[in-house]
Amino acid sequence: MEKKTGIPSLEAVDLHCVRGERKLFGALNFTLRGGEMLRIGGANGSGKTSLLRIACGLLEPTSGEVRWGGENIRRLQEEFWRQLVYIGHANAIKDDLTAAENLNVACSLTGIGAQPGRVGEALRRLGLAGCENLPARVLSQGQRRRTALARLALSEAVPLWILDEPFAALDAAAVEHVQNLIAEHVSRGAAVILTTHLEAGIAATLRIDLEAS
Amino acid sequence: MRVNWFKYSSPQTFFPLAGKLAFWFGALAFLACAAGLYIGFFRAPTDAQQGEAYRIIFIHVPAAWMSMFLYIVMAFWAGLGLAFNTRLSGMMASALAPTGALFTFLALWTGSLWGKPTWGTWWVWDARLTSELILLFLYFGFMALQAAIDDPRRADKAGAVLALVGVVNIPIIYFSVKWWNTLHQGASVSLTRAPTMAATMLAGMIVMALGFWFYSIALALMRARCIMLERERASEWAVEYARGSA
Amino acid sequence: MMAALRCVIHRDLLLAVRRSSDVLTVLLFFVIVASLFPLGVGPDPALLRAIAPGVIWVAALLASMLALNRMFASDHADGTLEQMLLGATPLGMTVAAKVLAHWLVSGLPLVLISPVLALQFDFPQESLWTLTLSLALGTPALSLIGAIGAALTLGLRGAGALLSLLVLPLYAPVLIIGAGAAEAAVSGLGGQAQLLLLGALLVFAGAFAPWAAAVALRISSE
Repeated sequence: MEKKTGIPSLEAVDLHCVRGERKLFGALNFTLRGGEMLRIGGANGSGKTSLLRIACGLLEPTSGEVRWGGENIRRLQEEFWRQLVYIGHANAIKDDLTAAENLNVACSLTGIGAQPGRVGEALRRLGLAGCENLPARVLSQGQRRRTALARLALSEAVPLWILDEPFAALDAAAVEHVQNLIAEHVSRGAAVILTTHLEAGIAATLRIDLEAS
Repeated sequence: MRVNWFKYSSPQTFFPLAGKLAFWFGALAFLACAAGLYIGFFRAPTDAQQGEAYRIIFIHVPAAWMSMFLYIVMAFWAGLGLAFNTRLSGMMASALAPTGALFTFLALWTGSLWGKPTWGTWWVWDARLTSELILLFLYFGFMALQAAIDDPRRADKAGAVLALVGVVNIPIIYFSVKWWNTLHQGASVSLTRAPTMAATMLAGMIVMALGFWFYSIALALMRARCIMLERERASEWAVEYARGSA
Repeated sequence: MMAALRCVIHRDLLLAVRRSSDVLTVLLFFVIVASLFPLGVGPDPALLRAIAPGVIWVAALLASMLALNRMFASDHADGTLEQMLLGATPLGMTVAAKVLAHWLVSGLPLVLISPVLALQFDFPQESLWTLTLSLALGTPALSLIGAIGAALTLGLRGAGALLSLLVLPLYAPVLIIGAGAAEAAVSGLGGQAQLLLLGALLVFAGAFAPWAAAVALRISSE
């Protein structure tokens, strides 16, 4: 596949975050360009999830801003979100829908055209062959996590992936699958931000460690 | 409130100013209310139809005016806070709500007291009282929503959305209630005064309204000071203040 | 964008069908509440005829309010709502789609069963159409206004009771005009004016409520 040249860069400019009474982090700056991976580390409660959510635009920082291609993401709104895939702690899976239906809905919401054949292929790639038509209610924790992550296999065209603990609840084989997906995406010239306790499988270009307060 | 909008937009600088203003407005309020009550109870002539009982109008009508006015001011500050993300605006909105609710309740209570000698019942479903009742629920909703949310920033923003939705709805509510009232009961049951009013009566109501307005400002500023201290209790100036007054 | 909105509506309808007990409970609530009034005021037909429009409207309003919890709560709990906040379609449109799906499941059944309930109150048959139409215009407006309340109270303790307190005052105009339409039809005056007003309220709510609810959703998800 050809390398994507020139995806916009994601810049964090002087981010401060105060949640409730606690100051989580202050004066945080980074610039993430295409082909780079940012890994955010830190103990539990140090603000990793808050930082990811600020980078997505779900949470407003106490001060500072996040820019995509030089423009504040709060101004870009849907334009930015069309170029983003965010997989957070929650799986965003409905119990009453099948794995395939869940994946279809997830793709449709973020504007990825979900071709029917590819949905099955994505699920199989994450080791969920045979689970496509089972309601998510009967799947195990690991299988649900993999259903959520199957979106990544359909998101090659999306330049920015933001992943919160993508390897949680996965077995070794699944971890390897996801690591491959991430590695391929970065080598395509896209950008990935993730938090994890495990090794990401590829060297992080940037690393930020938040201190626990 | 002052000429240089942004000088006093931080809690730290506004806090001492609010204290001084609260004192002076409180004094003015006392004077204005005393004057208004004097006019209302000693100067205004006896009403031809209702005798002395009508005098409660000098509290009822200004209270009703203030209840409406304060809601609009509250929505204004809340909207400002939502649009410009200023902390102080949200605090002012939260500070105004209880006073607004108080005046709404006062309007309802005095309306009820007025209804007893005039119509023989403790409650009358006329347009103004019914609208005031719904306004009271709007105030309570605002206060309850803010009380239920722990994070002060979310509380401010959520309250702002609710206040703005309320302000847009108030004209709709008022007109639909008014229409409902005329349809069901005709114009006979109403606490609205006749259009011709002696000049002294009008003067009395306006002076009382001013008194209530100064009182609201004083109370809102005092309450805002408490809110500022509570929210900024980790900051240096608040700690200094607490130490100083201990 | 239309594909995404169709997907949202389809998804919500599918979920409602697979968990139909939620839907039926709301309908039953409507029927039960309307049936409680005769028990409270006595079976005098003249009295029941007089209070019928108001009773049916209040019962529909309460049932509609009861159903509001379903709108965003489950999506908020499993993280699907976050994905909608990050969606490619403007959030206001997504909210409008969800409200439409919600009304089809919780509001439309009330409208359809209301004539049956009205007959229990000896409602004159010629005026049934106005009553049904008033509910058909009013219940979507109630869903739209209620969406704002549901979005503001997401995830809060005691959200159900708080939601009622927030939303009922805002429901008052719709109730007054809707019940007024039915009453006007019964008394022979014809409810066209009120129906037009209801239509106007619905359009107004349809234009602004989804956008206000979207702002509220973002605030509640922070």
